[in-house]
Formats: sequence, C-alpha cells, structure tokens
Amino acid sequence: MSRNARLIYSPDYTQYYFNDDHPFNQRRLLLTHDLMSSFGILTESDILAPRLATDEELTLVHDPRYIQFVRDQGHSEKELPQAGSYGLGTEDVPCFANMHESAALIVGGTLNAVDAVMKGQSQHAFNPAGGLHHAFSGRASGFCIYNDCSVAIAYIRKHWNARVLYIDTDAHHGDGVQWSFYDDPNVLTISMHETGKYLFPGTGNTTERGDGSGYGYSINVPLDAFTEDDSFLDIYQELVSKLVKGFKPDVILTQNGCDAHAYDPLTHLSCTMKIYQEIPRLAHRLAHEYCDGRWIAVGGGGYDIWRVVPRAWTLLWSEMSDQPLSDQPLPKEWLERWQPQSELPLPPRLFDEGFPAIPRRAEITEKNRLTLERAIMYGPTGTENSSK
Amino acid sequence: MRVEDIMRKTVITVNPTTPIGEALLLLRANRIRHLPVIERDILVGIVSDRDLRDALPSRLIVHDDDETVLQKPVADIMKKHAITAHPLDFIEDAALQIYEHKIGSLPIVEGNRLVGMITESDLFSSLIELFGVNRPSSHIEVQVDDRVGMLAEVSQIFREAHVNVSSVIVYPCKKANKKNLVFRVQTIDPRAVMQLLTDKGFTVIGPTEGEVFL
Repeated sequence: MSRNARLIYSPDYTQYYFNDDHPFNQRRLLLTHDLMSSFGILTESDILAPRLATDEELTLVHDPRYIQFVRDQGHSEKELPQAGSYGLGTEDVPCFANMHESAALIVGGTLNAVDAVMKGQSQHAFNPAGGLHHAFSGRASGFCIYNDCSVAIAYIRKHWNARVLYIDTDAHHGDGVQWSFYDDPNVLTISMHETGKYLFPGTGNTTERGDGSGYGYSINVPLDAFTEDDSFLDIYQELVSKLVKGFKPDVILTQNGCDAHAYDPLTHLSCTMKIYQEIPRLAHRLAHEYCDGRWIAVGGGGYDIWRVVPRAWTLLWSEMSDQPLSDQPLPKEWLERWQPQSELPLPPRLFDEGFPAIPRRAEITEKNRLTLERAIMYGPTGTENSSK
Repeated sequence: MRVEDIMRKTVITVNPTTPIGEALLLLRANRIRHLPVIERDILVGIVSDRDLRDALPSRLIVHDDDETVLQKPVADIMKKHAITAHPLDFIEDAALQIYEHKIGSLPIVEGNRLVGMITESDLFSSLIELFGVNRPSSHIEVQVDDRVGMLAEVSQIFREAHVNVSSVIVYPCKKANKKNLVFRVQTIDPRAVMQLLTDKGFTVIGPTEGEVFL
C-alpha cells in the first residue's frame, strides 16, 4: 500500500530528554505513534526513519561555534562554564548527555520529511518530533536546541530555491523562525499565538512585519488569552487563505504545536480538539491548490502529553494520509496500555465536549478580529497584489 | 546606562556657511530631522527640519527671491545655544531634558566639541531594552505592600526557582499602599516560580479574565 504521506518516526526521538520533571517530554511521541497504530491508520510502510542532520546542514542556520559547544557539552560529564551564554544549563534547556546527537536527529527527521516531499517520494510528510521553533542561530531557548524549522526552510531555499510558506499555530510565538527569515521575501512566516503580554517569548506583535525587502513577509496574530475554537478558526482560516493566495508558495511547512488546547498547562488559550482537525485540513487543501500537494508538517509545543498531544497529532496524520476519523471512543487497548501511567484520567473520545463558555467570549472574538486586520495590513494578500 | 553607551558617534553635520538648500537635501537623504552646526568640531548651533521649512519659500506664492533663500547660509536661521548633554550623563537625565524642553534630539558635547548625538528614537530603543521585551521571556507581575524589603523578598523567590530575571520595573499601583513589581524572566515555564510566589502569599497578576477549567 502506498500513500501520499509519510510519517518520520523513530523511538530514538525520546533521547531528546531533559529530566523527569521537565514539561517537554518526547515520550508523547510513543503515545502518539501507538494511538495512530491502534486506530489502524498507520502501517510500517508509512514510516520513514529520521537521520542525523550534518554539521553542514545545521550551519545553514546555526553558528558553528554553537554547534561545537552543544556537541562538547553533550559529551562532557560536567556543565561547561560557557553553557549559560548559549542559553544552555537553564531550567528551560538543561544540559544532557548526547544532546547534540538527539537534537540533530530531530532536525534530520524534518530534513527527511523535506526530501520526501521535494523529491516527489510522497506529497506530504509529518515529523512529529520537529517544530522546535524557539532556537536561535547561536542560542538555545524555550526547550529548543536546534531549530529544525529554520534549518528545513534554509535547506529548501538552498536546494530548490522554492518559496516557502511557514504556518505556526503553536500557542507560543515562532520567534526563532521569524528572526531567521526576517528580511527574506521568499519565506512568508505566519505565527498565530497567544499574546505575548504574559506568555513567553513576549514577542510576536502585529508590528513585527519583517525588514528590508522582507517587509510584509512576517505576519503575527497575537490572540487574546482564553480564545476559543470558533474565534481561533475564524482568524486562522481567513488569515491563511488570504495570504496563500497572495504569496503563491511552492511548498507549505506547518508547525503544529498543540498547546493552544484548554488543557495545556503552560498557556491560557481555551481551544478543543476541534482545531486540531481543522488546522491541518485547510493546510492540506491549500497545499493541493497552490503547491502540487507539497506539505511538510512538524510537531511543536504540547505539554499535556497524555490528554492532548496523542489525539491532536493523530488527527493531523489522519488528515494528511486521507484517512478521516470522526468522533469516536479512543481504542480500548490504547487506553488500557497508557491509563495506568497517567496521573490524569485519559479522555474517552477523540474529540472534546462540554467545556463551559468563556464569559468574555464576545469581547475576545471582537479583539481578535481587529488584531487580524492589523496583522495582514501590509502582508502579501491577494487583493493588494492585484492592484499593483 | 550612560549617554555614551547609546549615542550615535557618526553625526551628520553642517557648517554655518552651508546653504539652506544643501542642508535640506542632507536631512532628506539621511532621513533625519536635526543637523548640528559645527565650526572645526566646535558646536555653534543646531537646525531642525522645522527651522528649515520655516525658511523656505511658500509653495503657493511665487516670489522673485525664492532661489536666493536656498542659497543663504544656515547661520542665518540656526538656533545658537543648543541644549546639549555630556557623554557621561545618565540616559534618564537626557530623556528628561528632551521631554522638558520639548525637543527631538540632543547633541552630545565634551567642552564645546561635538562627540555624538541622541534622538527620541534612540531613547525609545533603550527603553525597550530596559523593559526587556526584545528578548525571549515571560512576564510576571506581583502586587506587593509598599514597604521596605518587598523587592528583595520577591527576588529571593526567583533565586530559589533558578529563574534568571532579565528586567525589573517597579511602578505605582492604583490601590493605596501597594506597588506592582513587573519582572521579565527567561523561562517558557513560569509555573514553578508563580506557585512559589502564591505559596508565600504574594498576589500574582495574570491573564485571569475568564475561567480556566482544568
């Protein structure tokens, strides 16, 4: 059986591991892989293994001194004195053994996804371990050591000279990717996130629009805290549809952090599983309409690893591989396997129900509409291009 | 932070004899609004875009001497006795000068020698840096009693939680006898430190307008 989609996966992804108390835990990928398999929508032939990204590939974005330091630190027993200046050895990004190799494997996974799609092996590919959008050229940040999204975009630019549309729906601003391509008009970065008023990293204002010839090619939509499904999707659909039309990308890269869910412990958005069906659905359709199907998806944030991540990324894969799933109970064997390990009761069904309405809903919805208008004011929307 | 840390050291200047027309071109080409007037490095005056525009012929009424206006030297219209600052002044004092005199820039002088320039937007960019909003960080706001030692007590908690603080602002609160402390901290996960603050009885102000159902 050959499908149009590939999942880049290996249990080795869990070697990107900080410590037991750390909120970023790639164990969520084991749960996700198992949920996909239990639903019967994933077979061995769908899976491609990741590879280690080479230093040359990492250097497309990262400072060689930083790469060398990460490697040295990962091979050292003690914390090296310069760690702090590279953003390492912090509560967010503690040092751990072989950190270079495990981080380079995640980048290599995203590059394998790019290769599969750009070389025509499959139309779409999904690397759920990727999406480490906070890492900077020479500095770790927000749980991220190497920025697989930035490296993948630079790699696409270098080898195929393609126009890349990057869509980031993680609840945190996609700052690392934005700053990597801030002056590049061939890379349109769109980030929808919870407002940075309180939330890390604090950036992602509508006024961050790009620089020089890249002005207008960075789009930020900071949503109000407690935004719910309808407003989130309303903004997402209008935003992305307009921009894809104006920008006419050759390939779409989506960062699919699923921490906008109401259960997520780090953020203050109030969405349900519904958005994790709709977000990839639109990306999928637009990839076919504008890019001959070329769509690469990566994971991202998601800190309720039991109740949110497995369902969200199973929905993404079901959309990408044309195996739609409607609301239904979660497979019994999956629940039985994982419930004993989870402190919280696992959700019984694929979709959520019964979340009470947010009291300020009308106000939040209106505010988000205004933010959207401001965000796309100077962006490459279809209408503006036609008048030029 | 001192003026010398943020001032521009390469300054575009004119001489007293520079024609008004040439000064205008300099402003436009460099997208600036102020030109210090110097004679052998010594500051003798300043002209702003407004001074220059005031001197210009009207666009509506044509006069015989329009061309001659552009040929006149800036010495004729420059403000002598410019308000200046010293490289070792604190930037908050420079900001106060600019604000009180309602001016847009300050030539920086050592003796009478021009060594730099700062403008409103240089100060704004320093302000952004001071607030810490240009670096990846989370915002934590704590309401405390307005009395001795509160900042120290709260800071101690950040230390316990191993959270690096990138900026602190203390500002007055509408409530009597209270103050707000705003920290920008270098972490994506402020839960632990917020819990510690709450446990110690501090009021943490967060995005609470609405219900969280967990």
